Amino acid sequence: MSDPTDKKPVDEVTGTETTGHVWDGIEELNNPLPRWWLWALYLTIIWGIGYVIAYPAWPMISKATPGLLGFSTRGEVARDIDSFREASAARDAQLASADLSTLADDVELNRYAVSSGAAVFRNNCSQCHGSGAAGAKGYPNLLDDDWLWGGDHASIAYTVRHGIRNDSDEDARYSEMPAFGELLEDGEIPALVEYVRQLADEEYDASLASAGEPLFADNCSACHGDAGTGDREQGAPNLTDAIWLYGGDRESLTQTITYSRFGVMPPWGTRLTEAQVQAVAAYVYQLGGGEADTPSN
Amino acid sequence: MADTPPSLYAAREPIFPRRVTGFFRSFKWWIMGLTLGIYYLLPWVRWDRGPNLPNQAVLSDLEHRRFFFFWIEIWPHEFYFVAGLLIMAGLGLFLFTSALGRVWCGYTCPQTVWTDLFLLVERWVEGDRNAQLRLHKSKWNFKKWRLRLTKWVVWLAISVATGGAWVFYFTDAPTLAVNLVTLNAPAVAYMSIAVLTATTFIFGGFMREQVCIYMCPWPRIQAAMMDEGTLTVGYRKWRGEPRGKHKKGAKAAAAAQAATVYDFANLPEADQGSGDCIDCMACVNVCPMGIDIRDGQQMECITCALCIDACDDIMDKIGKPRGLIDYLALEDVPPPPESPERATWKPRPIWQHILKPRTILYTALWSIIGAGLVFALFIRSDIELTVSPVRNPTYVMQSDGSIRNIYDVRLRNKSGDDRLFHLSLTSEETLRIGLEGTETLSVEVPANQTLLQRVYVTARRKDAAASTDRTDLRIWVEDLSTQTRTSAATIFNGKEK
Ligand code: SF4
Ligand code: SF4
Repeated sequence: MSDPTDKKPVDEVTGTETTGHVWDGIEELNNPLPRWWLWALYLTIIWGIGYVIAYPAWPMISKATPGLLGFSTRGEVARDIDSFREASAARDAQLASADLSTLADDVELNRYAVSSGAAVFRNNCSQCHGSGAAGAKGYPNLLDDDWLWGGDHASIAYTVRHGIRNDSDEDARYSEMPAFGELLEDGEIPALVEYVRQLADEEYDASLASAGEPLFADNCSACHGDAGTGDREQGAPNLTDAIWLYGGDRESLTQTITYSRFGVMPPWGTRLTEAQVQAVAAYVYQLGGGEADTPSN
Repeated sequence: MADTPPSLYAAREPIFPRRVTGFFRSFKWWIMGLTLGIYYLLPWVRWDRGPNLPNQAVLSDLEHRRFFFFWIEIWPHEFYFVAGLLIMAGLGLFLFTSALGRVWCGYTCPQTVWTDLFLLVERWVEGDRNAQLRLHKSKWNFKKWRLRLTKWVVWLAISVATGGAWVFYFTDAPTLAVNLVTLNAPAVAYMSIAVLTATTFIFGGFMREQVCIYMCPWPRIQAAMMDEGTLTVGYRKWRGEPRGKHKKGAKAAAAAQAATVYDFANLPEADQGSGDCIDCMACVNVCPMGIDIRDGQQMECITCALCIDACDDIMDKIGKPRGLIDYLALEDVPPPPESPERATWKPRPIWQHILKPRTILYTALWSIIGAGLVFALFIRSDIELTVSPVRNPTYVMQSDGSIRNIYDVRLRNKSGDDRLFHLSLTSEETLRIGLEGTETLSVEVPANQTLLQRVYVTARRKDAAASTDRTDLRIWVEDLSTQTRTSAATIFNGKEK
């Protein structure tokens, strides 16, 4: 403890006692603190006590003490969500029954549909189609102009609502390509592969391709069309364009023909509200591939 | 038995600054009138900008995220103007501090200006220093209550007006004024007013010098920027000391001298052995910080210069030259007897204090930034675009094998009318441009708005750009009604080999 005889040195200029601390020849004066500063400290302590009583504070085993005001950040978020829901209820109702083909005329509603659709897309669709909607092998790219089942508003909304090749929705889009590995002879598949590459304007083996041509006519044209341009009624891809869902290299094509493909999309009509389905369709439509809407009737 | 240790805490010593008149006091009244006038009245100045824009001259429109300053309109993406102004304000403070010390504190700091105003009210209600002292010591009788309450009510009125003026800068003032009175204004308006009313009332009425001494960081920063050549308020010790009671007989002799040249080296007989300071305490009594400038430079001093006025007044009365307390540089008045001024009684001219490499450098930097901002202001146009390429994915292959890039283009129409914007592109390679949602290359951008437009740029399968990693291009936008054009450079990504 401090020795009473150990008197603190005094600064000559000001006559103030110093703490005895010196830095680079600068002495620290022992000036008193303003008293209001002390009050401010007490005030913050009182405030702190009040805060602890009013708000969640002490951590207990499973949760913190709730506080008298019953505040929680989770409750706050829930309230925010409710208020946003409430605020958008009118527009959602309007969107649910809107004719998407004329949506563009209503600038305000269109903007709402596209931006809320973007949120729906990111939450529900991006897992397969990618956050930028560019898809992946087996998951269609939604930015291009190639559509398996149609790219106007109504077709997109239908696909979203009912999905593709799923068991849970009777109205799901459905088609099934046979696995030709069991149906064709040895050597016929390589010939078909070359012919399909010829159709797509890729580099190909001419002699194998000419052997593949009649095989295509016998086995494939029923769905893919005589010219290989596909059929949207059955979701049969156009083989003459530059886009491959499962790859256009020889290995991928061989695999596709031998084992077939069976891409599935769940029906979203059961999980999303009608307004959300409409919104996500409007969003996908304007990503770059939307096709002209055929007027109903 | 040791002395009782000094208390850890000190109560505020009440200060009752005496009224003073003189050059600096008048100057400060003018500055107070000017600064407060600007603060209270500026939101009410109207400025016609056409039908779709607010007609308030100075408005920080938080709702629409615009800042209006007379003919200048700043959009959020032009925030660099605000950054530039803040840098200029900072450099300006450096400049003034290195040349003139704490002039900011002494003349223009809101703390000083409002405290000055509150002191004025105090003197008006309670009387000058002596009356205030008496009232302070007296019991809480009717008169004391009456005077105190009157003073507080006036202070409160000023405080409410102060808090009230602040919120008018953020929305249309006349509308808000009506809403405030009819209790229809947003809660945040009332809260802002309440907080600013409280701070004005407390800081101006009761905290005063405590704010400057204990709360404000600026004096500590200023102390680091001053040097011995900086002009500051100081006491000419070589001239004042030894201080003492004024000797009657000296006056006539001194007055005769003062009429010609006051030669400190050869003082008249009567004056020798005593300094000019007559220890009248005038400088101490007027000081709003409650200090004695004769003790030398102190951290409390805000250089308000009121002690100069007080002392000059005394010097006039006793027939000595002014400037015992004066604006001076510490290097010119070292402790007696070495003071270089002493021999000649010639203070260095002001410009020598002000023209220093540091102040010149600050001025140069300040002007460069200012000129840059003015330049930036003049090259702004009514239309603007920013192009952000969509990089997820970098390109999209179309069914015909062509390669498409997508760009989010923000089109800004800063004019007051709806405008038709036409888009085009230039590039050394063959590229085509298209817009989402329309077959044409024009879109209408509503007045005073930003429109987000998806833009497609396509290279056909055989075009070089389709298989080149990066191709430079420039997207142009033209306002068809005024033929103004502007452009932004960007990159086209082809299919990697
Ligand atoms: S010390 Fe701070 S509050 Fe006081 S006058 Fe200077 S800048 Fe203003
Ligand atoms: S010492 Fe003089 S300049 Fe400094 S604060 Fe006091 S009156 Fe103002």
